[in-house]
Amino acid sequence: MGSEMSISDRMPAGTFGSSPPRLESHAKVTGRAEYTHNVQLRNMLHGKIFRSSIAHGRIRHIDVTAAQAMPGVHRVFTGADVCKLVPSPYYGPAFHDQPILALEKVRYVGEAVAVVLADDPHTAEQAVQLIAADYEELPAVFDEVEAVTSATFVHDELKPAKTFADLKHLAGRSNTNVIVEFKLDRGDVTKAWAAADRVFEHTFRTPMVAHMALEPLVSLAEMNGSTLTIHTASQMPSFVRIELARLLGWPESRVRVKVLHLGGGFAAKTYIKLEAIVALSTLLANRPVRIAATMEEQAYVIASHGTTCRIKSGVSKEGRIIGRQCDVWWNCGAYADVGPRISQKSGFTSAGPYDIENVQIRSRGVYTNLPLCTGRRGFGVPNLSWAYENHTDIIARELGADPLEFRRRNLLREGKEQATGTVMPDDSIALVLDRLAERMNWSAAFERGQGVMRHGRGIAIGFKAVIAPTTSVATITINADGSCVLNMSTVDMGQGSDTVMAQIAGEVLGISAQSIKVSHPDTDLTPYDMGTVGSRSTFHMGNAVKLAAEDARSKIEALAREIGLTKGSNYPWSELFQRRYGMQAGNIVGTGTFIPPYAAPSSESGHSTNVTPYWMVGGTGVEVEVDSETGRVRITKLITVADCGALVNPRIAETQLSGAAIMSIGYALFEKMDYDGGQLTNASLADYNIPGMQDVPIDLVSVFVEGDQRGGPFGAKGLGESGTFGVAPAVANAIHDAIGVRLTVLPMAAESVLRGLHEQQGRRWGAK
Amino acid sequence: MPNLRTIKFTLNSVPVTAEIKLYHNLVELLQQFNLFGARESCGQGLCGCCTAIVDGEAVSSCLYLAAFVDGKDVKTIEHLDSDGKLSAVQEAFVEAGAVQCGFCTPGFILMTEQLLDAHPNPSDSDIREYLSGNLCRCGSYPEIAAAVKIAARKRRNVAPVTIKA
Repeated sequence: MGSEMSISDRMPAGTFGSSPPRLESHAKVTGRAEYTHNVQLRNMLHGKIFRSSIAHGRIRHIDVTAAQAMPGVHRVFTGADVCKLVPSPYYGPAFHDQPILALEKVRYVGEAVAVVLADDPHTAEQAVQLIAADYEELPAVFDEVEAVTSATFVHDELKPAKTFADLKHLAGRSNTNVIVEFKLDRGDVTKAWAAADRVFEHTFRTPMVAHMALEPLVSLAEMNGSTLTIHTASQMPSFVRIELARLLGWPESRVRVKVLHLGGGFAAKTYIKLEAIVALSTLLANRPVRIAATMEEQAYVIASHGTTCRIKSGVSKEGRIIGRQCDVWWNCGAYADVGPRISQKSGFTSAGPYDIENVQIRSRGVYTNLPLCTGRRGFGVPNLSWAYENHTDIIARELGADPLEFRRRNLLREGKEQATGTVMPDDSIALVLDRLAERMNWSAAFERGQGVMRHGRGIAIGFKAVIAPTTSVATITINADGSCVLNMSTVDMGQGSDTVMAQIAGEVLGISAQSIKVSHPDTDLTPYDMGTVGSRSTFHMGNAVKLAAEDARSKIEALAREIGLTKGSNYPWSELFQRRYGMQAGNIVGTGTFIPPYAAPSSESGHSTNVTPYWMVGGTGVEVEVDSETGRVRITKLITVADCGALVNPRIAETQLSGAAIMSIGYALFEKMDYDGGQLTNASLADYNIPGMQDVPIDLVSVFVEGDQRGGPFGAKGLGESGTFGVAPAVANAIHDAIGVRLTVLPMAAESVLRGLHEQQGRRWGAK
Repeated sequence: MPNLRTIKFTLNSVPVTAEIKLYHNLVELLQQFNLFGARESCGQGLCGCCTAIVDGEAVSSCLYLAAFVDGKDVKTIEHLDSDGKLSAVQEAFVEAGAVQCGFCTPGFILMTEQLLDAHPNPSDSDIREYLSGNLCRCGSYPEIAAAVKIAARKRRNVAPVTIKA
């Protein structure tokens, strides 16, 4: 435990642990950084998408004749045209349930129905307005809990991808909207209820929220000989290649996926988004095609899960939580996408970072007639921590216990089994909570005020497993002049991975990060990586890069021996190549492949001996000011504490923690996608508010603790999401501390706070 | 009325001529000149990613018709290092680590240049007020505020403040 490193190969004072500026800083401050947004292909067409205006219906007829006849329009196509090239055009990471363009049915407002390809985007946009679709409207279902028992079914049958053994049994299941149900049973909760002194039960909800990456989705496609090249703003170039190759029935080598810098990701740009449509556009039109979504369009087609979480706890006389039952419903929208993975991999953490003998978890991914959902900076954990950290705080306060002490008493400590049975390898949860208490000065008296402005403080803590098992591969090329290129498919979307990976490679090779060129992902040249998601890159790709660098280093040493140099000779690398090949010639290529050990949870019990390669632990403390007349909440202090292992680049790490906290302020206080009968009513930044500079607390601090990280490169691990776990529940706990109102539904807008105050005072809402 | 028009304007100190469509906005016009630093993001003038300077005023290029720059002086992020050197503000953004995905960065830098022209020594609240029209979804606001202060010192030729490692 503690900040002492157990890594034996940690090198002395190198590039690791320092904070050189990001490698791409210069390109970004001069406006010259390359984004897919900038890519122009010669002779390209522009695609615009005709989208469903209803939430659920059978397609009777799509009339594209007027659009097709418009001057400047090259081609209009629908799902029927797609089927001519791809007989079974269904895709998705876990379920093959999403058609490239709608077939037979539409399942949400915004679903892609037809595509117009034209000489310029304005013509394409106008032509889209000329398309008419005739639907037989069907009843629709929007609520994740209602969908479980609804007689309206979003899909006729479940279509799990054959690649996942744990989903196979679901194939062909019909008359259900439940995509998957993850079950975990530890001990016996019914016995816990009987033995408990008090039993508490609450239900918490989170709304669907938008990612709003400032570079909206954009993809281009072109044929180069027999190769289909996709230029795309994606966090998952390797997946895009594999999935497009599968759809087309081609070898992977015929699909080339290139990614430049990403203008933000947050999991919106994962798996397949526009890539399949743009690929089919190019194949059907025989021309390069660019399709760029507008910000509104992006909001229509991609969201992050809304959740309902019912949580029940039995507490003993001594104030120990002895049983906890969690029922979670994930609103996945119309297509499964990553929903089944989130239901399981975040689902098993639903009971929170506590040591509880009896746990029952039922975590269900559910289809509705809303846009498909992906994670959003936290892979579902912020949805869960909203429930368990509110619930835990309510229990503490009802028992008259200090919320910090109550948590301490129940904390999941080193050597204890998490609900799955996996043993916690370190004491980082306690370490984070202790540091949080210290930085919040929790033991000191706190002035709550008596007037209109009331003050409160709250804490919350959460943890997350990393998606597993996943693979990363890297190569490092040493050129004959001694220069060095790192090839990997990790996507730098602002998190600083290019710099961090160069630092890891540089640490091994004894050179500076700045002297290493990091290539952009290009699947013809950069090797496989599962994806830049879920805070996995520093650990997984970091390990692959370290292995590649070590391989390169040992090959350099071999080359030195070959030409008769003694060990420890300080000849520059260029000299080795010169001596060996007689001129500036040759290469050394180091390779590294990494997949961590992992044991999948049992489909019966949810148990696993090794459910995650590492845990991310994050806690948040806030002080708030609540205006008791308007309900407005202002966060005056926000402290984030996270166990981020050994820091590769402390400045980037700090920015990751504070950035995650700031995004979560929106989640806590005002972000919510408003649907009216499945129709999104706040699709633009004019209506969907995201945090700006004025929303940042004046007192914003990020603090690191270094847990023991045996498996990470030089002790490092992922941290991009750790700042998101605690913000919303800490704010809820602080609001309660200030005015005694408990909010159970996000976001905590002024109106909700005010409603709570009215209820507390026995006043009817809206009455004077 | 014909859809096409030829306009003349000064772009980053160089007189230029362009044939435009009347419905093109300034972002599209700049792309014709291979300038991609002004980026259309929200498309409603709310995020600041498409900021450009027209006759000394910051505008949202996504809402500014290309035809309107006829006869005017247009500056984009790309003019700041036209002498091959970063401006004090650009240097400060690098030093403060005020860049994450970088999509919003040109807009913030151009607004910071304007802020410091008007207020050479801005207070914290000046900075928050002046830059409240620019959005950064990565949440780099603390680093951006720090960069503004570093830039202000650099511009005033004061010894730079030390930033945390």
